[in-house]
Amino acid sequence: MKIPVVKEILSANDQVAAENRVAFDAAGVLVLNLMASPGAGKTSLILSTVDQLPEEVRPGVIEGDLASTIDADTVAARGIPVVQINTGGSCHLDAPMIRIALPNLPLDEMDLLFIENVGNLVCTADFALGADLAVVVASAPEGHDKPYKYPGMFASADAVVLNKADLLEVFEFDVDYFRRGLEMLNPGVPLFVVSCRTGDGIKEWVAWLLSCLH
Amino acid sequence: MHELPVTEGILNVALEAAQQNGARRIMAIDLVIGELAGIVDDSVQFYFDILSKDTIAEGAVLRFRREQAAANCGDCGHQFPVEVPLTAVCPVCGGNRLRVSGGREFFIESIEVEDEDSGSEGDSERERSGGG
Repeated sequence: MKIPVVKEILSANDQVAAENRVAFDAAGVLVLNLMASPGAGKTSLILSTVDQLPEEVRPGVIEGDLASTIDADTVAARGIPVVQINTGGSCHLDAPMIRIALPNLPLDEMDLLFIENVGNLVCTADFALGADLAVVVASAPEGHDKPYKYPGMFASADAVVLNKADLLEVFEFDVDYFRRGLEMLNPGVPLFVVSCRTGDGIKEWVAWLLSCLH
Repeated sequence: MHELPVTEGILNVALEAAQQNGARRIMAIDLVIGELAGIVDDSVQFYFDILSKDTIAEGAVLRFRREQAAANCGDCGHQFPVEVPLTAVCPVCGGNRLRVSGGREFFIESIEVEDEDSGSEGDSERERSGGG
């Protein structure tokens, strides 16, 4: 006998993500889920962004990592409230991990929460966390073919940041080709070409982010 | 690693549906997975066989229905199925203004179960067993 089900496979995670979202909304915090390959510059982007925030916008960070506290230590050294989640080998953060971390974060004392996901262009896109914005960080050394090879990640992004723009020429990175790949999957998604090293493009990215706060 | 939590999700949704319907044993699970969802069938079945041990889903077969993604050419209107890695140009006119849709499905459509434990509707000719 066949029983119709029609239920999302990750519905249990989605349910917890929705509860996280309620908690974030209640505290009036805008939450970013930052996803990227390892080494694209997620932590650098957080630090560069925080440097440009107006004083009244208070940041916080959740650092997802396989095992280390290197990124969390870097963020904490700047005086930013940070909670570390070690996934213990799991290749992505999920909504229950965020729920467990929440009591350790002073949500009422922040306006903008960055969740730095585990470096991975596949799994992270499938596990909702309860964030307001999914932001994918790509970088010049990875090559311009990433949207074509990892469509799921780029199709669900609310914004894409292309980092290490100072190296575009070195890696013969074709920004138009990259942009066309994004447009194929996600028409109209904002693309910010930045360099966290030189600071190029960060202002435009931060201006967009602040526009999402209101 | 991705397939492990996905498989846990499949098992939990299936067990819950079986329980709600008083099923004693799950024979098969029908999944709808988009081509762009990045799931490897064999890998999911492998994990499933381990995770489902000692549950009513032990030995169940996972049947995958793959949903294609399609690209639509903004220049000539040609529509064609696409796979990963995606193509950047239309095979008909060579245009590069493509739009991709579909291929992201990721759900359980139905489960096939052996029997019902207590009567809901139908099954009048079937012999009722004591269950348990």
